[in-house]
Amino acid sequence: MTALSDLTVSVDPGIVGLVGANGAGKSTLIKILLGLLAPTSGRVRVLDLDPTVDAAAVRARVGYMPEHESLSPDLSAAEFVTHLGRMSGLPRTAARERASEALRHVGLYEERYRQIGGYSTGMKQRVKLAQALVHDPDLLLLDEPTNGLDPAGRDAMLALIHRIGTEFGISVVVCSHLLGEVERICDSLIAIDGGRLLRSDNISAMTTTTDVLAVEVSEGIDELAARLDLLGLSVRRDGRLLLVPLEDDATYDRILSAVAELDLPLHRLDQRRHRVAELFATREVTHV
Amino acid sequence: MSEAAGVIHDIGYQRYAGPRLGRGYVFTSLYVHSLRTAFGLGRSAKAKIFPWFVLGVVFLTGVILAAVRTQVPDAGVTYTAFVDMMAWLVVFFVAVVAPELVSRDLRAGVLPLYFSRPLRRSDYPYAKLAALATAVWLLLGAPQIVMFLIAAFSVDNMSQFWTEVGDVGPGLFYAALWAAVFAGIGLLIASLTGKRAFAAGGIVAVFLMTTPVVGVLSVMPSQTMNELALLFSPSSLVFGVGVWLFGSPDGNDNIGPFGPLYLAVTIGLVAGCVALLQARYRKVASS
Repeated sequence: MTALSDLTVSVDPGIVGLVGANGAGKSTLIKILLGLLAPTSGRVRVLDLDPTVDAAAVRARVGYMPEHESLSPDLSAAEFVTHLGRMSGLPRTAARERASEALRHVGLYEERYRQIGGYSTGMKQRVKLAQALVHDPDLLLLDEPTNGLDPAGRDAMLALIHRIGTEFGISVVVCSHLLGEVERICDSLIAIDGGRLLRSDNISAMTTTTDVLAVEVSEGIDELAARLDLLGLSVRRDGRLLLVPLEDDATYDRILSAVAELDLPLHRLDQRRHRVAELFATREVTHV
Repeated sequence: MSEAAGVIHDIGYQRYAGPRLGRGYVFTSLYVHSLRTAFGLGRSAKAKIFPWFVLGVVFLTGVILAAVRTQVPDAGVTYTAFVDMMAWLVVFFVAVVAPELVSRDLRAGVLPLYFSRPLRRSDYPYAKLAALATAVWLLLGAPQIVMFLIAAFSVDNMSQFWTEVGDVGPGLFYAALWAAVFAGIGLLIASLTGKRAFAAGGIVAVFLMTTPVVGVLSVMPSQTMNELALLFSPSSLVFGVGVWLFGSPDGNDNIGPFGPLYLAVTIGLVAGCVALLQARYRKVASS
């Protein structure tokens, strides 16, 4: 069975989204990057090392957060993360200190001496992230980090990943089948499907010129659409939202004054990037 | 944040510049961690009950035997006999501890976290095997040390002391042989399932089910068959090696000229278990 074929991609430091439907080959790619699977052909370089030759050196500098449940329920988070720190070669004291630090960064400092078995799904996801951070990797591979989280938990996890990628100086690869999630935090994006590359690009390059404003009013949406049309804005309906291309800062004022003149209850007005899903859809190859 | 007037709210992320130790350290850490787990150290009170009960039994037996030996020197209670006596207790110990060491990790899905680290794939089963074998050896060996110390303090002269040394040495070696066989078989069975109850049942079953085979073969009319009978169960196999090396405890066991065969089969069995264990973890790691 071929899980990946003809996939040629190179990634710069930063936060990279690896997107694809379930079974697209994301996990296989991660296993190859970790040196757990050898590619039948082709070449891999991770942090300028070859995982097929120097797997231990690659794994010493990479942190991996697996998709599935992978925690010992009968240990406390502190013990568990400390033990895994030692498995990465940290001396005993350093492992203990860094485990506490990693758990603090993921927001589990207070709860770290409780048994993992009693943790909520969100806390368990954060322990998984902490164990990937404990040995201070240069690269983090996160496989579906928001799996099983509620919306608030998702937001918190994504914010944390964003912080790791921007403030900690660690490059991050985030795998997800949810494009909408990764596009919020990633610098660049790789989309694969059926083991083949769909598209690999820089998010800002893909979206800078196509930012849109989303306007939501609880009534009078048709009147507002007509009014904005009169003002020379090209309005598009998307369910209960009106999407207006953001040309310059004056666009905000024109929308706001239109809403005020019509005396409509405004629910929200926010800038959102052109959905990356649509960018991929224009290529008419994706099933994401 | 940095320009805030001297108040540090968050010291931020610190990079780690300290040493990263190599394979030997990682292996030893896993070994020590597993050995502690075997005796419930660093675990909940509930996890300590069984191992400490078994430890209590073996030490109590050791002390009683030592007392018997000082009073009745010819009772035939030797160091190797102590090991034979404890065989079934060790079967249960392995049946409980081997699943703790490997089935638990399989069940919880922890292995990807190990195998994504510098730890070599083959080192995981080796460290676990070494830890379980050490645990069994301590179980069988430590009471012998106690017996030896009691005997050593009650000897009348140096020649008796050296006799004791000459007896405890083979006893400890015999314990190591048991440890290798029991740990190898136990860990191999436990590595096949993530369900601890199944693993424990499987381990006891292998030792239980093979015992009747030995019983049947040892009453067959063929003398050669009788002499080879002990080969067919792991515990009697090691016992057979003991008979060859140290003589039969009660004089009723006869393995004929097959002593070297017993030893060869024992070594082959352990080597086979290790090979299968490695194959098992190669499969687990790449799945």
